[in-house]
Amino acid sequence: MKPRQKRLAIVLGGLAALGIAASLILNAFQSNLVFFFTPTQVASGEAPKDRPFRIGGLVKEGSLQRNDITARFVVTDTAREIPVAYKGILPDLFSEGKGVVAQGTLGADGNFTASEVLAKHDENYMPPEAKAAVDQAHEASRTLKQ
Amino acid sequence: MSQRLINWFKFASPASFYPLAGTLWPWFAGLASVLCAVGLWISFFVAPTDFQQGEGYRIIFIHVPASWMSMFIYCVMAFWAAIGITFNTRLSGMMSSALAPTGALFAFLSLWTGALWGKPMWGAWWVWDARLTSELILFFLYIGYIALTSAIDDPRRADKAGAIVALVGVINVPIIYFSVKWWNTLHQGASVSMTKAPTMATTMLWGMLIMALAFWMYSIAIALYRVRAIILERERHATWVAELPEMQR
Repeated sequence: MKPRQKRLAIVLGGLAALGIAASLILNAFQSNLVFFFTPTQVASGEAPKDRPFRIGGLVKEGSLQRNDITARFVVTDTAREIPVAYKGILPDLFSEGKGVVAQGTLGADGNFTASEVLAKHDENYMPPEAKAAVDQAHEASRTLKQ
Repeated sequence: MSQRLINWFKFASPASFYPLAGTLWPWFAGLASVLCAVGLWISFFVAPTDFQQGEGYRIIFIHVPASWMSMFIYCVMAFWAAIGITFNTRLSGMMSSALAPTGALFAFLSLWTGALWGKPMWGAWWVWDARLTSELILFFLYIGYIALTSAIDDPRRADKAGAIVALVGVINVPIIYFSVKWWNTLHQGASVSMTKAPTMATTMLWGMLIMALAFWMYSIAIALYRVRAIILERERHATWVAELPEMQR
């Protein structure tokens, strides 16, 4: 082997070793790297019980109730649901059927008291007319199936 | 070697790369200005309003191209680092050093525009989710590279040390890219990717891609311009530098 090839081998070997090390580390820290837990994960006991954590999912359609400055809504991942109470101002993008991430604690009664609510939006960008057309198409295909 | 159409190794010498970079950079700078003007025009006047974020989404036209560029420049730096270690070429280290400030700039732009976008849409300037944190680490890697290479006086040793930072840090780039897929993050997934059709309206997509191309051209132009300065600084005692027409005045 020429010195040049040897150095190339060291670089490539080093990168491969680093890659494997990084993937092992990331795998080990898997649970610490999640930003939020889904209601299903909370139900199966994956969320920490003794400290505040975040839950994430969709705001269930028709579940939002405002009482003075307290907002109550249900976070769902379509399988499980968690009722949430939050005192404060909701972000502009917060709405029913949209993504949400709430930080707080889970009470013994299964109610989640949030100290912070963040809106999570999706990666779709389109003009309002296109959105209306997409919704219409969805509606049409649903009525056809029934 | 002489059978090749272009002898690439000839341009590995700073003396022959210096005039080449001098000829090329104004072209890239010109392309960058034109593309930037077209891209910004599409972004602000042609692209339609978004159905849920209104006008606020338009920050995407800076945010996404800047983030792409910050990741890509780091990969290019790692490429030059590998070439430098393998072939012992002087120019490779100079190219890495020339790219680092631009990469840091784009990483900063990505974080800054992201914060400005996050506050109105998510409700927070900053969250410690995997995507944001790994991009912040990328910014620190750039700063670390610049600090380390400028702390070592001997340029050849500085290049070697910097090359190791560049190569080790490149592991972070796929982590940034796939973070939104691997973990639950507040940051949304990719709108544009290799594997699926883009989830953006066509004019929006064009605006973003043209801006990305403009950032590419800018990065190439500024890197070539900066590498010329680095070559002059490091080779100031060489005869070929003394013989340059711009040194005769």
